[in-house]
Amino acid sequence: MRRFALIAVPYLWLLVLFLVPFIIVLKISLSDIALAIPPYTPTLDLSAGWEGLRAFFAALDLENFWFLTTDDLYWKAYLSSLQIAALSTLLALLVGYPIAYGMAQAPDEWRPTLMMLVILPFWTSFLIRVYSWMGILSKEGFLNQFLLWTGLVSEPLEILNTNTAVYIGIVYTYLPFMILPIYAALEKLDSALLEAAEDLGCSRITAFWLITVPLSKSGIIAGCFLVFIPALGEFVIPALLGGSDTLMIGKVLWEEFFSNRDWPVASAVAVILLMILIVPIILFQRNEQKQREAEGP
Amino acid sequence: MSDTVFTPWDDPGQEPLIQFKNVTKRFGDFTAIDNLTQDIYAKEFFALLGPSGCGKTTMMRMLGGFETPTEGQILIAGQDMSNVPPNKRAVNMMFQSYALFPHLSIFENIAFGLKREGKSKPEIEERVSEMLRLTRLEKFARRKPHQISGGQRQRVALARSLAKAPKLLLLDEPLGALDKKLRQDTQFELMDIQEKTGTTFVIVTHDQEEAMTVASRVAVMDEGRIVQVATPADIYEKPNSVYVADFIGDVNIIEGHATRAGDGYDITFALGAPKLHAKTSTDLGPEGKCALAIRPEKVSISAKKPAKAVNAVEGEIIDIAYLGNISTYHVQLAGGQMVKGQAANTQRLERRQFTWEDRVWLSWTDTAAVVLEG
Ligand SMILES: Nc1ncnc2c1ncn2[C@@H]1O[C@H](COP(=O)(O)OP(=O)(O)OP(=O)(O)O)[C@@H](O)[C@H]1O
Ligand SMILES: [Mg+2]
Repeated sequence: MRRFALIAVPYLWLLVLFLVPFIIVLKISLSDIALAIPPYTPTLDLSAGWEGLRAFFAALDLENFWFLTTDDLYWKAYLSSLQIAALSTLLALLVGYPIAYGMAQAPDEWRPTLMMLVILPFWTSFLIRVYSWMGILSKEGFLNQFLLWTGLVSEPLEILNTNTAVYIGIVYTYLPFMILPIYAALEKLDSALLEAAEDLGCSRITAFWLITVPLSKSGIIAGCFLVFIPALGEFVIPALLGGSDTLMIGKVLWEEFFSNRDWPVASAVAVILLMILIVPIILFQRNEQKQREAEGP
Repeated sequence: MSDTVFTPWDDPGQEPLIQFKNVTKRFGDFTAIDNLTQDIYAKEFFALLGPSGCGKTTMMRMLGGFETPTEGQILIAGQDMSNVPPNKRAVNMMFQSYALFPHLSIFENIAFGLKREGKSKPEIEERVSEMLRLTRLEKFARRKPHQISGGQRQRVALARSLAKAPKLLLLDEPLGALDKKLRQDTQFELMDIQEKTGTTFVIVTHDQEEAMTVASRVAVMDEGRIVQVATPADIYEKPNSVYVADFIGDVNIIEGHATRAGDGYDITFALGAPKLHAKTSTDLGPEGKCALAIRPEKVSISAKKPAKAVNAVEGEIIDIAYLGNISTYHVQLAGGQMVKGQAANTQRLERRQFTWEDRVWLSWTDTAAVVLEG
């Protein structure tokens, strides 16, 4: 009974917080736009009884999904999101891995402090942090002032409202999600393994590639998914830091919802986004599972 | 064994393979190795023996290049090793913790060092199979380290360090997790490898019997120092201190006062107890405090006082340890001193000659005991 309760709680949680909202969104995506509140039809009217239910289901169709294929805005936005998310993930990995490695190499007494420094940004509002990047990256921002002052550039750089700013924003925001799992993997690494590799003829660098990297693979994979998955649907960062040509599906979604008030199409966009995300989420779960198995009981 | 006895350490013309020169290793203010000077010769099977934490692993790690001496010098084949990284030393080490690569199969673990040498694939495969055969791991070649038992892992670590056939092999407790039979077999394999390839072995062990079986010389360590280095027989028969005598094998230590008598000493150890006599070349001066070390197997036990024994003491049997072929009798002398004697079990257990609380005589010859400074 206790066991059952233990299992039931997370499933109940998933049901209430994930499945129910998803079904609502799915339903809206199959509806038609209407000038009403809520702005779609049909709405479920249980008072009409059996007949009403039949009419309700009969009114649902895949029209909105079909519509997504007619305008190339949508698939371009998906594709561009995938590209931005993938490249940001790669950049976050390139920046995050050395940081995680440095943390794992640091003396024991320093590690909690370094860990704190990585988590510290979470203590201030995400929006404020993105806004402050606007202050840094804008034409008169700190970065340009600094670059002009050093004489590295003669004209201020155009960074804000470009894709570069979006990359900076995403990498900055999700970097801790990259660092922490890699750090966790590197911290567990037994230094005797590297000694053994050196003993058997490896230089430090080959030992790093042959031992450290493969043994932190699960951390790398976890970190990449933790960055890629939220980055794919990211809305705030492209909206605030990106330019008019920054095409991301999160932004399209937002515009459909709030500018066009086309909830059914917006929902269809969201459902497709979820479908795309399910693949990496399942892969992520499998990676975690494999990792647990490899560590053994 | 060859007909010429292998004793390069007695030959001043021999160049040692390994030289520790006044090596001190400190971790913070803790001294793990204390001003150690020791030569080890090519083709030796050099065993390090000592209690936990005495610095055996530290010595090995300095040879492997994983620790640098705080003071002093280590030379291998005459070359100063201070700036030579581990991958540039013709040394392989088997780690006490095994340090197997968890993401590689047993086969790949053993092949790891060979691949780094750039050997061809068939060569690697042949060598690895040979190692797998030697350590009886053929069946497990495809498994990962976490899928095999502790003893099997130990054998993988051994196979991996042997695979490159290095000039100098450092084995840190290579056989501890193996059962007795397999351990003995592996010991003989190691000796065989040693004889065939001329590899020099430095081996750490907690098992004295193992050290006695395989080693050309045994070094007994204590708190970062080597207390005695000698052949197994000499370590056993001629320990240079109570510490070594006590550490190696079972021993009776009788502390007393020695006075020179003839070609040895007379020892009084308790009021009213008979004087003991031991022949020795140890020089304690005309008289002084001393300790007698007598192996239990050299102490005979009898019901009556033996007529001709030089040393004979009477006591009461307190305890009997039955070890199958022999029994050890713990006998308490009048002054409270405990002395262990051994007798072969030629009779069946129920017809045993002596039992608890019997009064018996223990006796030994004047050459049985080793006189040590007390
Ligand atoms: N990296 C280190 N930092 C601090 N102290 C150390 C370090 N390595 C070893 N020591 C200390 O040095 C001493 C010798 O250690 P070592 O590992 O050589 O012992 P050992 O003889 O191999 O013992 P065992 O038989 O238990 O393996 C121990 O007291 C140990 O605590
Ligand atoms: Mg050790």
